[in-house]
Formats: sequence, C-alpha cells, structure tokens
Amino acid sequence: MHRAYCSKLFGFRTLQRSAQQRRDLTVENVRFVDRSLSRRTQVGTLYLTATHTIFVGKGSEDRNELWVLHSLVCNVVKHKASQSGYPLFIHCKNFQVIQFIIPQESDCHDVYISLSRLSRPEKYEELYCFSFNPNADKAERELSWDFLDLKAEYSRMGLPNKLWHVTPINREYRVCDTYPSDLFVPKSVTLPVIVGSSKFRSRGRFPTLSYYCKENHATICRSSQPLSGFSARCLEDEQMLQAIMKSNPGSRFMYVVDTRPKLNAMANRAAGKGYENEDNYCNIKFQFIGIENIHVMRNSRQNLIEVSALRSPSMREFLLGLENSDWLRHLKSIMEAGIFISKAVAEEGVSVLVHCSDGWDRTAQVCSVASVLLDPYYRTLKGLMVLIEKDWVSFGHKFSHRCGHLDGEAKEVSPVMDQFLECVWQLMDQFPCSFEYNEKFLISIHNHIYSCHYGNFICNSQKERKDLCIKEKTHSIWPHLWENKMDFMNPLFKPDQGLLRPSTAPFCFKYWRSLYNRFDRELHPRQSELDCLMAVKEETQQLEEELALYEQKLAVLDKERAKTLYMQKGVLDSKQTLWSFPLDASLVNTPQDYIGGLIGAAPNVFSSQQGERESLFGDKPKCPDADNSDQESGVADFSSHSSGEESLPSEDSVKDPDSDETGPNRA
Amino acid sequence: MELSEHIKTANVEDVTLRRPFHPALRGTLCVTSHHLLFSDRKDEASWQLLILLRNIDAIEKSVENLFGYPRTMGSSGTITIKCKDLLVLQLEIPGMEECLNIASSIEALSALESVTEMYPFFYRPSHLTLHGPWGLSSIEQYYKQTERLQWDRWRVSTVNSDFSVCPSYPRAVIVPREVDDEKLVQSARFRQGGRFPVLSYCHLRNGMVIMRSSQPLTGANRKRCKEDELLLQAVIDGSELGYIIDLRSAQQAQQARMTGGGFESKSCYSYWKRINRHHERGKVLQESLIKLVEACSDPSHSVDRWLSKLENSKWLSHVHSALSTAGLVVECVERDGHSVLVHGSEGTDSTLLVSSLAQLILDPASRTLTGFLCLLERDWIQAGHPFQQRCAHSAYSHARLKQECPSFLLLLDCVWQVWRQFPLALEFSEALLLRLAQEVYASNYGTFLCNNEQERCAAGVKENTHCLFQSLLSADIEEQYLNPLYEPTDLAIWPSVHPQSLQLWTGLFLRWTEYAQNMEEAREEMWSIVKEHRERVGPDRTNKTPSTHCDTLTPFENLMDELTIL
Repeated sequence: MHRAYCSKLFGFRTLQRSAQQRRDLTVENVRFVDRSLSRRTQVGTLYLTATHTIFVGKGSEDRNELWVLHSLVCNVVKHKASQSGYPLFIHCKNFQVIQFIIPQESDCHDVYISLSRLSRPEKYEELYCFSFNPNADKAERELSWDFLDLKAEYSRMGLPNKLWHVTPINREYRVCDTYPSDLFVPKSVTLPVIVGSSKFRSRGRFPTLSYYCKENHATICRSSQPLSGFSARCLEDEQMLQAIMKSNPGSRFMYVVDTRPKLNAMANRAAGKGYENEDNYCNIKFQFIGIENIHVMRNSRQNLIEVSALRSPSMREFLLGLENSDWLRHLKSIMEAGIFISKAVAEEGVSVLVHCSDGWDRTAQVCSVASVLLDPYYRTLKGLMVLIEKDWVSFGHKFSHRCGHLDGEAKEVSPVMDQFLECVWQLMDQFPCSFEYNEKFLISIHNHIYSCHYGNFICNSQKERKDLCIKEKTHSIWPHLWENKMDFMNPLFKPDQGLLRPSTAPFCFKYWRSLYNRFDRELHPRQSELDCLMAVKEETQQLEEELALYEQKLAVLDKERAKTLYMQKGVLDSKQTLWSFPLDASLVNTPQDYIGGLIGAAPNVFSSQQGERESLFGDKPKCPDADNSDQESGVADFSSHSSGEESLPSEDSVKDPDSDETGPNRA
Repeated sequence: MELSEHIKTANVEDVTLRRPFHPALRGTLCVTSHHLLFSDRKDEASWQLLILLRNIDAIEKSVENLFGYPRTMGSSGTITIKCKDLLVLQLEIPGMEECLNIASSIEALSALESVTEMYPFFYRPSHLTLHGPWGLSSIEQYYKQTERLQWDRWRVSTVNSDFSVCPSYPRAVIVPREVDDEKLVQSARFRQGGRFPVLSYCHLRNGMVIMRSSQPLTGANRKRCKEDELLLQAVIDGSELGYIIDLRSAQQAQQARMTGGGFESKSCYSYWKRINRHHERGKVLQESLIKLVEACSDPSHSVDRWLSKLENSKWLSHVHSALSTAGLVVECVERDGHSVLVHGSEGTDSTLLVSSLAQLILDPASRTLTGFLCLLERDWIQAGHPFQQRCAHSAYSHARLKQECPSFLLLLDCVWQVWRQFPLALEFSEALLLRLAQEVYASNYGTFLCNNEQERCAAGVKENTHCLFQSLLSADIEEQYLNPLYEPTDLAIWPSVHPQSLQLWTGLFLRWTEYAQNMEEAREEMWSIVKEHRERVGPDRTNKTPSTHCDTLTPFENLMDELTIL
C-alpha cells in the first residue's frame, strides 16, 4: 500500500510539473460527485493532460486521485446548470459514469471542448499505447509480444498434419488483406483453387481453418459470404468446400452455417452476395442461425446501458427495461449458434463452415463460443488469451471500428467482442467449476479492449498492425495479465471436463451486474465467496509446503531428537490469517437505500425529498453523522477507482495500482 | 372413515415413472395412507422413491380408452403429479381402473383436514424418542438465555397461559415490566385477534427493541384504549421517540377503520411516529408465487417472454419490499437508536416477515444455524403464523384459494438474497433454506403443523410428533446445512435492495433443472476445498472454534512446533 501510494504521488508530481510546462487545462474547485457511493461529493482540482483526465481531491492527507484515460471516454455531456455550478458527465466505455460540477461556465465549456476532442483522436499515433512506456527495454517488449504464439496453438491442436497445412499464399496479404499471413487449408487444395475461392467471397475471405478437433478430425472453418447473387457459381469455391469436407475422413457431409437471419442473407443476394446453394455444393447441409447485425446489437446495447444506469429503478422498470433491450435474447442466439457447432463437431464428428457477411463479427463470435464449449483449453487463462488472439485479433475483427478507437463512423461501432465475453460469463455462471479464470479476467480484458493502453486491440487487421509497427511501438497486454493471474483464478476450477452442454432455457441468461454496474459498488455483494475460497486454497497450499519442509527436517533430526519430540509448546504458526478474507467492515456496515426505491440517493438526500422520511430523520443532527462515519471508506474506494481497472467490489484497495495498466505511473 | 378406506387399489405393477434428468423407470407403485411408493423391479439394490402424499399439490390424469375396450386390451392412464416442492413426476399406469383408483386415493389422502391424521403423528423413526423436551426453546428460556440484555425494563408475562387473552399467542410473552397483566388484557381487547404489542427483539448494543402486534381496533369512531397507549409508552420509556412501521399503505390503513380496524393516531400516541410501507399479503402473494412457478416451468420460452413473465409475477418486487422494510427497521434500531413497533392488520404474516428479517440483518446470534432456527421458532411458530392455513397448497394446486399465502417462502427467499450478498455471514447453507421450504408444506415432523400454540396443545403435537428443528441440529446430519465459508461478524449486514442486486432464487425455483445440478457440483467443490484446508490446519483451528485453537493440539502439531523452535 505504501509503495503504491508513493509511486502514485510521484506520478502525480511529475504530472503536475509537466502539466504546468505544457499548459494543460487545469480547473480548481471542481466538485466530484461519487455516484458509486451515495453521491458523496469532493472538492478538488481537475487536470486535463494529453492522455488522462485527472481529478485530485484536496483537504485530506491522503491524496485522492481519479485517473481516466481519454480513450475510455465514450461521450461527454453538459447538463443544465445547478446552484452549485455546471455539471459535466463523462460516460466511459467501461460503464463508469463520472460527474463533475465546475463552478464557472467558461471552464466547464473548455473542459467539455477539450475532452470531446481528446477522447476522439483522429490518428492512431494519438492513442495512449504509443506513449505508454513502462520501464521495460526493447528486449522485454519483444518478449511480451512473443508471449502468445499462434503456431504453438495450432500445433497444440495437432496441426499441421497429413490433411492440413499452412498455405503461404497470403504471406504478403495479397489474396486477403484482412486475414492473417499464415492460414491453414486442406493439403489437397491447390493455390489456384484458393485464389479462385477468394475471388468468390466477400473481401477475399476464403474458407480457412479456425479450429481442429484432434480426436475426430472435424474442423470449424470460417469465411465470408459467397458472391453468389441469385445464380452465380464458382467451381474453385465448390472444390474448396469439398476439400474441407474430405479432410474429415469420418464424415460424409459438412454443415455450412450462415449466422445471419435468413431475410438478411436473401437481401444480400440482390447485391450480388448471398449464401451457398445446396444444389451446387456436394454434400453440404446449409443452416441459417439468426444472429442480428451490428446495428441491431449497438442499439440493443445502448438500451441495456440505459437500464443499467437507472438510479434505483423499481423492479418493474428494471425487468421491463431488460426485456425491451433485447440484449439477453441476442446473447441466447449467439450461444445457440455456438452450441449447434460444438455439437456438430464433438458429437456428430462433422466439420462446419461458418460465415456471416464479412466473416469478422458474428463468425468470430460463433467460432470462439463453439471453441470454448468444445475445448477445455480455452477455459484456462492462457487458452482464452490464445483464442482471442487467434479468432479475433489475427482473423481481422475490426477492433478500431467496433470499439470506436478513433473518431470516425459511429455506425461501425458495435459491442461484438463484448458479446463474446458475455457469452463466456453466462457459461461461467452455468458451469462454476469449468473455468480456470473468474469474471474479473473477462472484465479486465473488456477494459483493455477499449482502453488502448496496449497495442493488441488497435487497428482492424494484422496487416494494418504490421504497417503501423504496433509490435515495435507498443506493448502487449497478455504478459501483464499473466503476471496478475492470481487475481483472475477461479478456486472452484476442476480441469478436464469435455464438451460443455449449456442449457439455453431463458432463465439461464442473466444480467451481468459486475460488468454493467461495475462502478456502482453498493450494488454488489459485500463479501466474495471466490476471494475467500482463493485465500483458503492458497493457505492450504502454503501449509502443505510447510509440512513437506517439516517432514524433511524431521527426517534429518529424527535420530538425534527422537526422545524429546513430545514436549509441550505453542502453536503451529502464529498467523491468524486462516479465514482472513478482509471483511470490509465499513462496507458491511453501510445502510442501503430502503426508502421507497423510487428515488435513489443517500438518506440525507431523501430527507429533503420525501415527507415521511423528512419527519423521520430530518430533525436530528445524528443522521449526517452516520454518513460521515462512512466517509473514510468512501475515500479509500475513491482512490481505487482511479485505475478504472480494479474496481470490483470485493477487491481491496491494497492492490498496487502501479501494476495496473491504466495507471499512468510508468509514463 | 379410516384412511385405508380411501385406498381402492394399493399396488400396481409395471408402472413407468418419468422424472427430470433421469431415464424412465419401470416398477411397482404402491399407495399407503401417507405415502406414494415406487420401487423398480431390479432385484439387487432396488431403487425406491417415497413421496409424502401431503407433498402432492395437484394431480392431472389422462386416461386413454376411457370408453370401449376392457383392460386386457391394454388401456392405460397417465398421472402427472405436481409436488409442493415443485417437482413434477409422471406415472404411466396400465389399466384404466387402477389409474383412476390411484388418482382418487391420492386426491383424498393428500388433502387430509384433520391434523391428528397427518403423517407426523405416525412417523416413528427408531433413532428418535417421543419423550423429552419439544422444540429448541421457549419464551421463558429465551428470556433467561439472553440475560446479558438489559432486561430490567422487561418481564415475562404469563397472562396468556390459557390462551384466553390471545388465542394465537404463546403462553408466555415479553412485555414492559411496568405494565401489569390487567393492562395487557385491556390492550389485547383493543387489538385485532388480541395480538397486543409484545417484544420480538432487543438490541444488545443500545437496548432498543422491535415490538410486533396487530392493528388497533380504533374503528370509524376513533376509539382509544388507555392501556394500549400506556403499554406503548412504557416501551420507549418516555424518553425518546419510537417508530410504528405500518405494513399497509396510508390509504389502506384509513380504509381499515371502516371495518373496525385502524392505526395509532398521532394525538393518542404522541411518542410514536408512523411510517406506512405497503406490503402485499394473502391472495396476491399466493398468485404471485403461482405465476412465478408457471414462468419457471417452461424452458422453451423466449428470453423476452421469460422476463416479462418474471416481471408480471411480481415475486421479486415482493422480495424487494420485504427487504427494504426490514432494512428500514434496522436503520431505525441500529443506526438511529429508536425502538420500533411493526404491524400490518392481523400481525401474523408480513409483520413476522419484517421483524424476523430485521433480526437476521441486525443480530449476529440469529445468523448461526441454531440461532436462525430459534428465530423461526420464536417469531413464526410460537408467534402464531397460521402455517396450516397458509401452506395448505402451493403453486400448482387448482383448488380454490382459501387462506394460502407463501409468507414463509418469501422469508426464505429474502434470507437467500441476504446470503448471496453476504456469503460469509450466515452459518447455515442454502440447503437448509431449501429443506425448510420443503418441510413447511409437507413434513414428517410436527413443527409446522397447526396454526398456533393453542391448536398444537389441543392436538397434542408436542407429545405425539417429533420436532424438525431438533432433528436438524442433531450431529450426524448437520454438515450439509452449514456454510463452509462462515465467518461471524458482529456488524449489521445491510443488504442492497436495488433491483440489479436481487436475483431469482434459482436453487428453489429452478431446483429440478440442469442449472441447479451444476450449482450442486460447485457446492461440493467448495466443501472439499474447505475440508482440505481444515485437515491441514487441524481440527481445532477451523473457523468454528477460533478461541479454543491452542487448548488441544494434536501430537503431530506439537511435534512440528518443536521443530520450528530448534
């Protein structure tokens, strides 16, 4: 804690100095409204630097800081002036909502203009990952990029083998500029067939391997839609599919899964695109799975966010809002697609070709959900990293567009990757023992997809990343997550469970509170089962190690000391940390909002709003005291918010923020 | 009429049983006075299913070939049995007549009216004897056990020892010391059902109390009762302010005056402030449960339809209001240091719900296994929650609703919500809550029989049945009802009541789905982690006995200590 504090302070001072030098925007006497803790406010100074919005509370000895990366800012909204000043709301992509009240209108406007500009960079070079420079040398940085090796992943699957090999055809990204350079295709297909097939597919994204099942040779392949129009055919493309089917010696047909609703696919035919005609391809079974497009998903997500941000809604408002957002329905459709494919591969031993329109959104979702269901490896920490690197990063999911890293087309933004992470969460909820990682891992990944802190999720394809020299100029997130893996472990994990067969009953799809209300601490459980179990498990291991040590010593001393062994003496080990999950006393002892549930705020706010309540508490000086006693915990929480990373309710703030990616201390 | 006269066909062979997550089984079906017994026909280690007939909420029969062919031609019928613990079974019974006979036996025997005919009066396991004390504690014992409390202002009154003052109260109640029995009698006459204000809980930290009662019978003429006013004044000792949490909306409370009920007016009870919090009761709650169970029983719904049905059932809204009112009571008592009187109209349902939930939040003692069961005994069974009326039927029944109301189930759900938010704070486990949810509707034990202590005495429940709570605490079966992660805390555990924080109790409502099975696996894993830890740490240093951990060391630990100091 101490070290963290020092480094933070140091970070702040450097920053202050540089802020003065560079004349970054500084506003005094700004009030920060902590929405997560019953709207407590704090007065301090607001700094806008090139990379962060920083608020430093004044008064108390412990300096409270709030750091928000500009890349995490989704939008900035000015609200109507109130008595105390001009409110400014900053909505972040990680669902944090920050509220400042700025005394002067001109200051408020300046902040608004600057922040709006800063949060919408026009060039990649402006992103934080290009200026983020931890104390790591060149060798370390290169090492960080070598942490995951897709070649090793394919060989883990058992590739290359006598049926599948890497084709050099896309080495220079000439055939398909959104695909990676190394692609697995059946050995039997020739280069002209690949080229021919790619010309018949949207954006040249020809069918290629995504997952290979060693046990039965069935594969999941992916592509974009064929340019079939109403009647066009392509011999090479038909040969390609035939070759994929033949590469699975055990089966006599393959599935072609179009993840779009049938209507959408048919509409595409008019534009010269479309879907495979079962009559033209030998032995394919064609299947539509109606997952909606990115625009529908974007709207749905927007509605969901509005529901999650309601302050103390009634149960009815919340459930109806959840229903009307349609979000869980969309998740269910993605999950069902994944289940269909995983069953085809594992139970029928049949290969599947998956595509949507371009093959980088729904296709990526469905392939990766199916992989998680199929292969226990993807339910481990490293496995999930590899899966994301393979199915999403390398296969050209357009992170920059979908996450809105740069100022650009709002219509390109869509929470496609978020939906995958949420599908994994829904699975974790159904199978609490099947995943090595916990939900904090998913939330952390989610945060970094948007934070632009590391280079992994920048750009739209491997080629763009290469052109931008991402590996030379930025750092990779994965080793960092790996270092902190103890935070991400699921104590209940039992390895080696085969195919997951999740239920798709409607009640199995739940609202992901830990993500959408991540920063509303009062909504979360006050104690964490998983943290407690993890502590218990760690201690068991520690004790076992000690035991082993003692047994060694015992063996050595056995002869000499045999007679004196049974003397009386104390305790095994003076640590009283056995069940020492840090029960946050102040949190446990915080009254919630029990009034009406119609208006949500601290009790003291109520006293002026609700008659009955006013008569109850308004006439006593005691009431605000109760809140003050909480103030300390509020302050502690406040500082842990700064990272934008470590804010799950159960996490204690002892964690070193220095190790946290969004902390700017290494800058 | 003898029970056995209801049984026209006692045995049927070749019955096929279907239940969730198991392959269909063929075997013999047998109906007895209190049970439905199915056993498969395999000779070695035959598998049996024993269902209390009382547990059956509804049966649906469909008979093929109702008219026409004789039995030899292979007519058969299917009975769908829907249990009060939400399990649904199907029995295919060869022979139309047998099928109808069995169905009518079940219908008759599952709805016995007379208490003494019910199974608890016949349940005689070999390891239990009927002699000895019944129940965990009485009000007198509670008063004695908790002597550390500031009882100087309180006394045990036996004014109700013959149940004449209040038929639904126990023989003994705790009341202010300065109020004599005569005043209690007067106050009882002024309260519906004679339920005058009695103490439910006294907060150790500041001596503030939670009282409960029924509504005052002020009526349209604004009647007063001096003794009732004195009684309440004695509660707060004249020094401070108390709060009356009226579990009806202000409008409902006003309307109650038309039918003879009413509320404590400000002018007559000047030291008390009234707060109205609307709570649904009776039929509305029962229908809410029925709708919820209906929504949960169809996994083929779309997500949208599910959410709208869940919302429409309003069950979570009821959970929400129960928890928030309990939270409000705790705020008054713990944070602001005021005594509270809770009542609705009869004072037998939401009153008990709110006062017992508030205790769970406030009082570390009621979060232990024993403490929780004592709380239930004190605040529900002895306090006269009419279990027999409320739990006659559950969510599947087609019978016309009379007095059914799942107040107790709602309590269990709320406790579950608290546990989800404070997974370390309760000593007991979800399994205990599930067991109670089952026992309250159909039980081998006499604990939930009858509507109040008076009826229990008249029926001889304590002499002729076994006590569930005692059996739950017996050493050999206790473990599954314990929370492996329990770590006592002295603080109040304030639950969040935001809709985002409240969840459907999947363990109960989705009990017979795959979902619950996976949770079971997680629970076992949790236990195995904790057990491994306890093994390593040694039996005496587990969380259960933190104070005694150095008294008795195993020789092995001694031995290791010896080595560390070398």
